[in-house]
Amino acid sequence: MLSALLLFAAVLGVILFLASRVRGKRSDTMIGWLYLLPVVLLLAVGLVYPGLRTVYDSFFDAQGVSFIGADNYKAIFTDGDLLSVLGNTVVWVLIVPLAATAIGLVYAILVDKSRFESFAKALVFLPMAISMVAAGVIWKFMYEYRPDQATVKQIGLINQIIVWLGGEPVQLLITDTLKLNTLLLIVVFIWIQAGFAMTILSAAIKAIPDEIVEAARLDGVNPWQMFVRITLPSVRTSVVVVLTTLAIGTLKVFDVVRTMTGGNFRTSVIANEFYSQLIRADNQGLAAALAVVLFVLVIPIIVYNIRQVRQEA
Amino acid sequence: MFGLRGSSRSRVALAGALGVGLVFSLAACGGDKSDDSSGSTDTAAAAIDCSQFSSFGDLKGKTVSLYTSIVTPEDTPHKKSYEAFEKCTGVTVKYEGDKSFETQILVRAKAGTPPDVAYVPQPGLLQQLVATGKAVEAPKEVADNADKFFGKDWKAYGTVDGKFYAAPLGANVKSLVWYSPKDFKDKGYTVPTTLDELKQLSDKIAATGAKPWCAGIGSGDATGWPATDWVEDFVLRTAGAETYDKWVKHEIPFNAPEITAAFDAVGGYLKNDKYVNGGLGDVKSVASTTFQDAGLQILEGNCSLHRQASFYAANFTKGTDISENGDVYAFYLPGKDATTKPVLGGGEFVLAFADRPEVKAFQYYLSTDTWANEKAKVSSGWVSANKGLKIENLKNPIDVLSAKILQDPNAQFRFDGSDMMPAAIGSNAFWKQSTAWITGQDTTTTVNNIEAAWPKK
Repeated sequence: MLSALLLFAAVLGVILFLASRVRGKRSDTMIGWLYLLPVVLLLAVGLVYPGLRTVYDSFFDAQGVSFIGADNYKAIFTDGDLLSVLGNTVVWVLIVPLAATAIGLVYAILVDKSRFESFAKALVFLPMAISMVAAGVIWKFMYEYRPDQATVKQIGLINQIIVWLGGEPVQLLITDTLKLNTLLLIVVFIWIQAGFAMTILSAAIKAIPDEIVEAARLDGVNPWQMFVRITLPSVRTSVVVVLTTLAIGTLKVFDVVRTMTGGNFRTSVIANEFYSQLIRADNQGLAAALAVVLFVLVIPIIVYNIRQVRQEA
Repeated sequence: MFGLRGSSRSRVALAGALGVGLVFSLAACGGDKSDDSSGSTDTAAAAIDCSQFSSFGDLKGKTVSLYTSIVTPEDTPHKKSYEAFEKCTGVTVKYEGDKSFETQILVRAKAGTPPDVAYVPQPGLLQQLVATGKAVEAPKEVADNADKFFGKDWKAYGTVDGKFYAAPLGANVKSLVWYSPKDFKDKGYTVPTTLDELKQLSDKIAATGAKPWCAGIGSGDATGWPATDWVEDFVLRTAGAETYDKWVKHEIPFNAPEITAAFDAVGGYLKNDKYVNGGLGDVKSVASTTFQDAGLQILEGNCSLHRQASFYAANFTKGTDISENGDVYAFYLPGKDATTKPVLGGGEFVLAFADRPEVKAFQYYLSTDTWANEKAKVSSGWVSANKGLKIENLKNPIDVLSAKILQDPNAQFRFDGSDMMPAAIGSNAFWKQSTAWITGQDTTTTVNNIEAAWPKK
């Protein structure tokens, strides 16, 4: 600990000292590179090298000893259990960003300039403050199941409501018909993330110039036209940022699945399966391959994000 | 964009100096951890024979570092049990408990910074640690003690490639069925002594309209392990210990007929709508109920039987009378007939990474009956397979029961199979597939899937 801090201080000191010594015409650029140097080095050691190494490892067997070609990838795209993992990830990425952004956007518009705006926003934003593990634990209780017996009382809210309505309690987190349990996990993630979407989009809505809004009013638009013609185009960049950020976050979802089902009952997703394979099954090769698949899936989203933001700028 | 005016350069240098200063003062604050060694001397260490350590030479002032997965509150009786040794020899035992022991110990061994002594809870992990080349063979004194105080089966688990490395420490018994003695007395049920009687008892209870068993295999990301214990217990009973050994070593495939039969026998209980799941729902609820919660239904009167290890005693709330005539107690999960006594269980092994005299002396102490009895006097919920352990030193009725089962001359002890299979099976496929099996997957698919997941050599 102490030596790490000393090293950090020493590096910092050396760089700042060198920066103070640089003179001459191109000194600005020189200093720029000097400041970038530690970051570039750390990225190379901490990100680029492990990334390449992961790709390399993904072509090896469980112990990382013998080369097995693309067998790990073949397993991911042919094995029944792993295919269901991919399928679940697709469902997550399709639903979460769209639903969370839509809910956040509509909510932001509805509470905009209302009397209870800050209170209403706080309500939706609060789940963001809870860790995903805690959210998973809370919602696990919401979905909790107890049999329908005279001596046994429901302790889960959802099943209690079902019983009140005269229905039979359902084993919500075990039932994978129509991916019910996966969808119920998705609800938790949306509950957490809608606040993030709402905050960003609310700020974007407030940034729309009043003149434009007033001009539109004078032209006599109805609320729907106002939304489609004025609000949505004005906050387009923010919507793209929110959508892509959520999509990347969703691809990496792990905590919620791990806490609520542990990936059992066909609810596993790539990040969770990666962890299981690496830590529990001791299969380094397959874990690396899953990490690479996850990485490949994230790339197009990031590219899209950057291009959209660049176009606006 | 990296523009810095000439005049502000001196400010940058100043900032650098300040940064260094700040870091220094931070470093001065943090740093050394508070040292809470096991220095409590409130218990007068019982008089043990100190002369047994004389052959190790003068050890005064020496230190032995110990690394284990046993954390608070169970670590207190451990530390107390070393006091007699520390007093005799002048050695200090530096205790370090860590919940992530099982992954960290491998990292530490591979990195060349292992502790002097580690308590390894799985024979599979023990083999991995020996394979790193950092572990040290047990000294002759310890090997002699292992021969003297432990059964051959136990010594074999501490042996790798014919060399003896680690003597057993603690033990737990998994072949137990929890029940309510009071309830049994009221309803006139008797404790079964054979598997057939267990079945008859289950049928008898089911005939009253009640669900005889309650079960839960939920355990967070380890969901499924209690089901694997059921299967292991039944392989031992229906196929025998020899087949069990072959199965664990993969000398017979996982989908061999004997194993399929054992799965089906377990299915006769866990997947039987008439038998499960008292107070918890239908068969599927076995998968969604945590193992901690399931057995509590006995106290609620919703079920009569719950198969779980000796350590389950800790799950009952304080004040529950756990004894032979109390609210809850356990009986040995019977064998095929009353004479064969297969016992499924687990335990820890003492592996050393250094061969200094004080380390050897500590290893020696832990392998003696002296230590086992010292430990028994200060702890509750702990037993050892050490034959020198005097049962009267145990206070807890479940400990007494476990020790009696372990010391039974007919007992055929076998270590938890999933702890010995490769991780891809023992802590992944076996758990996952058993969970899928409970929620509806048929036995053939289940054993075939597990066999397919076995790492190829």
